[in-house]
Amino acid sequence: MKYLPLVFAGLFRRRTRTILTLASVGIAFLLFGLLQAVGTAFESGADSADARRLVTIARYSMIEPLPIAYARRIEQVSGVVAVAYADWFGAKYQNESNAFPVFAVDPARYLAMYQEFAVTAAHRDAFIATRTGALAGRRLVDRYGWRIGQKLPISSELHPKMDGSMAWEFDLVGIIDAEDPAVRGNTDLVLINVKYFDEARRFGKGRTGWYIERVADRSQARAVAADIDRLFANSPDETKTQPEKEFALGFAKQIGDLGALVTRILVAVFFTILILTGNTMGQSLRDRIPELAILKTVGFSDGKVTALVLAEAVALLLLGGALGMAAATSVIPLVNGSMGGRFPPLFVDGGTWLRAAAIVLALALAVGVPPAVRARRLRIVDALAGHR
Amino acid sequence: MSYSGKVVQVINVHKEYRRGSERIDVLQDINLEIPPGDFLALMGPSGSGKTTLLNLIGGLDTPTSGTLMVDGKRVDRLGSGELSRWRAANVGFVFQFYNLLPTLSAQKNVELPLLLTPLSARERQRRAMIALTLVGLADRARHKPKELSGGQEQRVAIARAIVSDPTLLVCDEPTGDLDRATAADILTLLQMLNREHGKTVVMVTHDPKAAEYAQRRLLLDKGTLAEAREIHVG
Repeated sequence: MKYLPLVFAGLFRRRTRTILTLASVGIAFLLFGLLQAVGTAFESGADSADARRLVTIARYSMIEPLPIAYARRIEQVSGVVAVAYADWFGAKYQNESNAFPVFAVDPARYLAMYQEFAVTAAHRDAFIATRTGALAGRRLVDRYGWRIGQKLPISSELHPKMDGSMAWEFDLVGIIDAEDPAVRGNTDLVLINVKYFDEARRFGKGRTGWYIERVADRSQARAVAADIDRLFANSPDETKTQPEKEFALGFAKQIGDLGALVTRILVAVFFTILILTGNTMGQSLRDRIPELAILKTVGFSDGKVTALVLAEAVALLLLGGALGMAAATSVIPLVNGSMGGRFPPLFVDGGTWLRAAAIVLALALAVGVPPAVRARRLRIVDALAGHR
Repeated sequence: MSYSGKVVQVINVHKEYRRGSERIDVLQDINLEIPPGDFLALMGPSGSGKTTLLNLIGGLDTPTSGTLMVDGKRVDRLGSGELSRWRAANVGFVFQFYNLLPTLSAQKNVELPLLLTPLSARERQRRAMIALTLVGLADRARHKPKELSGGQEQRVAIARAIVSDPTLLVCDEPTGDLDRATAADILTLLQMLNREHGKTVVMVTHDPKAAEYAQRRLLLDKGTLAEAREIHVG
């Protein structure tokens, strides 16, 4: 700790240069934090996927519905311990830009399947008991100022009612929440009761969008998936069953390989930072050769001088990285607010902070080691001779 | 051979540099004894080897051959780390261009050698203030080097040199960058440290006026002391 003033004195010897470099590093890590948050949000479905859950869709297209009657047959497959199903409602609320997922589900089956959703017993019971009932995610409730007991007027882009109207109305009976931020990203939805929905819609009665199954043994998941698909082989509604994580990743990839795109952008950003901070450190060392020689003269060992120079690189990147990540964390709520719920909520998770720390360390070593080695090799008499 | 009674003993010291295939003998067969409390001025023309000899005495460089004893210690045999520790404990350095760290205050500059000790921050600060008081700059403790005059900067450098209470002060052209009046002040200060605080001072200078403040003057020429004139000052 007693050497810290010395580290910062070296770092801020050229105040403007250091502040500009810090700003560059900060902006790079702000970008890193935001892009990682986007990647994390889009992959959160996969991350929160349960290895014991399977998803069954129609074999040739997931927009083709499957018979609801499949539920009982799937339950009979050996290794399957629970079955739920859901259908896509295609909702818009108030105007075109307020779009969020609304799933028509069997309340008891669906909530039993997704036990990571935090729903109070009273809300669960009310949802099961109310044919026009709906559960809404906490963030949606907060965003639109909904209150339990109120009517939710939601239009469907896909399903007309018997009278041809696309305007539906549900009773908000409860809230879905989650502790885990990755799971909370999947609660930006509204669940409605399939009994009411199926009776009230004009088309597609008796059919649902997809099935979710829980298996007894995760190691048997693929075998059970094959058994399910075999059950409906050569039928008019053949199925494709896969582990939930695979399904979620495939779904996310439909908007492009986000991970690869993010990685390429970040490699370019950090390469630029590497060159920039490397140049700053190099110039800083050249400016201070006589000062480093004086430190050695008064008794600082080669090792101590090396450590001081390396510590400057670490401090520069740590400070810039922390500022950038803090900025990303502060900006994300604003970004989420401006999205109007069209994208999963962004968040900076612990993994992103750890990756940022690892990048800081790697960059610090890359830019700090060459000047540190040069400082170590500095001969006092040569360095002072250049200053006489 | 007994080394008692001598702060510095230079015995048959030879120093050479190589520039490509060329060998340059900077010091040849130097023999010199400096007793405790001495104030020695090393004089000579440019390139005579006086700074090289000073660097050897201060442990900033090592001889090619010969023996260098400082305060009973074979300095020429110390490794880099040991030499660093030895310098920190035994030698104070004063240079022509002060070599203060520009981003640190005068007090923090003086504290630098004490960072290598286990002293507390409060004790480091106290000792730095004592050293600054001794050189007459206690009221400039918080000033940065660029806020000080040349003479004041050199006083801070002297405070830094004495703060860890070394046996030996080595000064390389300490007045070379100062006007005559300021130079006289600095030399008087060195003389005071020598006379009143018992510091052994070895000073390189090409200025005969500066050398007059020393007790002894030695002339180096072309790397030898063999024909040096040793002048004892009353």
